[in-house]
Amino acid sequence: MPEILNILDNDLGKNLNNDDFNDDDVQNPVEPFLRSDRVPHIWCPGCGIGTTVNSFARALLESKIDLRSLALVSGIGCTGRVAGYVKLDSFHTTHGRAIPFATGLKLANPKLNVVVYSGDGDLSAIGGNHLIHAARRNIDLKVICVNNLIYAMTGGQTAPTTPDHSTTSTNPYGVFEPSFNLPHLVEAAGAVYVARWTMFHVRQLTRAISEAFHKKGFSFIEVISPCPTLYQRRNKLGDGLDAMKDYKAKSKVRNGAPTSEVGMTMTGEIIVGKFVDRERPDYQTMMRAQYADSLGERFVEQSEMVCS
Amino acid sequence: MAKGRVSIVVERCKACGFCVEFCPSHVLALSSAFNSKGYHPPHVVHPEKCSGCDLCGMYCPDFAICATKIDAKRADPAKGGAK
Amino acid sequence: MNTDLQKTNLQSADPRGVLTGIHFMDGDHACCEGALAAGSRFAAGYPITPSTEVVERFASRVPMVGGTFIQMEDELAASITLIGAVWGGAKAFTVTSGPGFSLMMEHIGYAAMTETPCVFVDVQRGGPSTGLPTLPAQADMMQARWGSHGDYEIIALCPNSPQECFDLTIKAFNLSEEFRVPVMFMMDEVVGHMSEKVVIPKADEIEVTPRRHTHKSVEEYLPYATNGDGVPEIAHAGEGYNFHVTGLTHDERGYPNMTPQVQDKLVRRLQNKIRDAADRIAMFEEEKLDGADVVVVSYGITSRVAQRAIEAARERGLRVGKLRLITAWPFPEKKIRELAANVKAFVVPELNLGQMVREVERAAGGQAKTFAVSHAGGGVHNPEDILKVIVEASKCRKS
Repeated sequence: MPEILNILDNDLGKNLNNDDFNDDDVQNPVEPFLRSDRVPHIWCPGCGIGTTVNSFARALLESKIDLRSLALVSGIGCTGRVAGYVKLDSFHTTHGRAIPFATGLKLANPKLNVVVYSGDGDLSAIGGNHLIHAARRNIDLKVICVNNLIYAMTGGQTAPTTPDHSTTSTNPYGVFEPSFNLPHLVEAAGAVYVARWTMFHVRQLTRAISEAFHKKGFSFIEVISPCPTLYQRRNKLGDGLDAMKDYKAKSKVRNGAPTSEVGMTMTGEIIVGKFVDRERPDYQTMMRAQYADSLGERFVEQSEMVCS
Repeated sequence: MAKGRVSIVVERCKACGFCVEFCPSHVLALSSAFNSKGYHPPHVVHPEKCSGCDLCGMYCPDFAICATKIDAKRADPAKGGAK
Repeated sequence: MNTDLQKTNLQSADPRGVLTGIHFMDGDHACCEGALAAGSRFAAGYPITPSTEVVERFASRVPMVGGTFIQMEDELAASITLIGAVWGGAKAFTVTSGPGFSLMMEHIGYAAMTETPCVFVDVQRGGPSTGLPTLPAQADMMQARWGSHGDYEIIALCPNSPQECFDLTIKAFNLSEEFRVPVMFMMDEVVGHMSEKVVIPKADEIEVTPRRHTHKSVEEYLPYATNGDGVPEIAHAGEGYNFHVTGLTHDERGYPNMTPQVQDKLVRRLQNKIRDAADRIAMFEEEKLDGADVVVVSYGITSRVAQRAIEAARERGLRVGKLRLITAWPFPEKKIRELAANVKAFVVPELNLGQMVREVERAAGGQAKTFAVSHAGGGVHNPEDILKVIVEASKCRKS
């Protein structure tokens, strides 16, 4: 827990209640999940990634997951930095490859709860092939995709999720290629749990992550999140707070909505909710069943694979 | 009588204003003071209205603010818990 | 965590993975048996000729020894899935050939940077590009060393028979564990597809290097701190260490720290942990080097073709020595330098247009001449072609 400072000494600062500031008993619920020595983080003012981490941390508390069993895997990009800030076994992998890394981790040690926490460009462009195949195989991974509609770390280039007609550094005259509707994509590929919330919906997001933890199989939660520095600014959409107000005004909760209808546009409504919640055996269940069926007593469970 | 209290790690704040905007009881305002990075952190303008719901904490992208419920013991005015 | 393993440097192989006996099998299958004997219970692969038989056999064998094979959607995935598996506690490898090896390069760098012990098997075929899918080459030797970006060191071994495909695959895993480095297992199509006698010993005769697992407490453990030999101790996910692994330049805590100072310390350590041990890692087969005028330096399948040329040259009365590189990287430059002081020339036949010959020439440092016997791949040398160069080399004057 970092020291709580009170450095405000101007007139307005006098309104601050010092007793409230220097209270050792007060701890932000997210704090135990953070590498506090690495905070403040690198994310811009008004960026939503940190807020999603709040929901993630609260979901861990709510779902009573054994933190020791939890591993978090990120790719590259702004959201890829989540792995460096959470006090968990955490892996900052290569660009686009968080899902296959997580697949290896999970298959080698099935007792792990493996979370993939990465951005839209990382997961759906360079990592798009892995996204659909992990969903097809129904690998037991919880994928949190922070979708800020752009490549942010590299300076605001077009992503597969960038809405039509918005301006980016690589489409300076407007994006004309169609974007991915990620919930539709992963549902078609086989995900057992698909939800989308915006960063405004912190409580719903928390609940969604908790639900995903109790789901066996490939779960995908898309979080629409502001990028004030690049997406918002280039498209004259204001700052992070404006984006949040926008999410509040334009979001429409439609649980169970057909994912084919939840595509996003630059200024239109944002359909949010839990779209898919279904049962399918996960990869390892299918693998064990197949081996047991084909090999009978010759099948050896892999639990002792882990070397010391 | 306040049911909650706000804690702020001033040095982490980047002044996005989420906590101020989305506090249901309008407890907070951005200060005119700066932290060492040059941001204006929020400060408590209506402490008595805080319900301790921690929505500010949930929205804060910088892990800089949180609110907690005040329990009966802490609500003892003699201990300075409730204002 | 089995702490008993920490007490001894080597342990015996797990008998469940060891197919003890005398076999007639090809190099690809022998490589798979070597991996199983070494304790590997995880492979991720993507089909590519002429390497696929390794994982085909693994897929058939591993459910009966307790492990997993997963066929991934591409080599990019396969090469990082195995790295994920290592951090989950497995000994893991992947198998590929030229085009797939090219796709894996980023993750060879990632494995080097994160110090992930693992094995990449490359059954070399003719290139560039799709090249000669079913025919041999040895043209990935420089790619194995330099293929990923940035400064790093790897270890590369070159088997020349199915028996060595078995023996050296175990060695490859052992070296990867000892140095926490990706090891390149540089086979070629001929060695991969040739069938010969392969003797698989009893499990208790096979030495296996255990993982350098930390025995420090959670509070004491620093993921990238070393104890003097340049190789840090590892922890696996799920053990409570809450460690961080990143491909970014990182400090001893594993935290990103992108300063020139931290970069210098880290990258030099990654390099020196291998270079400083190069003599210990170097394995070679030598024959009649004393008094030789010419030394034929070869590796892999070419060493067997060169053998005939060497013997033919000796029949003509030439003093020819043989140095077969089993370790290609780190390059055994000390050995070459010592030989260069005494011999007139090196002859280096290889199935490429000149790769390891450059290393020989560099290590010789002008003390002896160097002759390449190049071959673009698709077959092996005609021993006559090597012989001609040996004869020519014998005529040169000592530098």
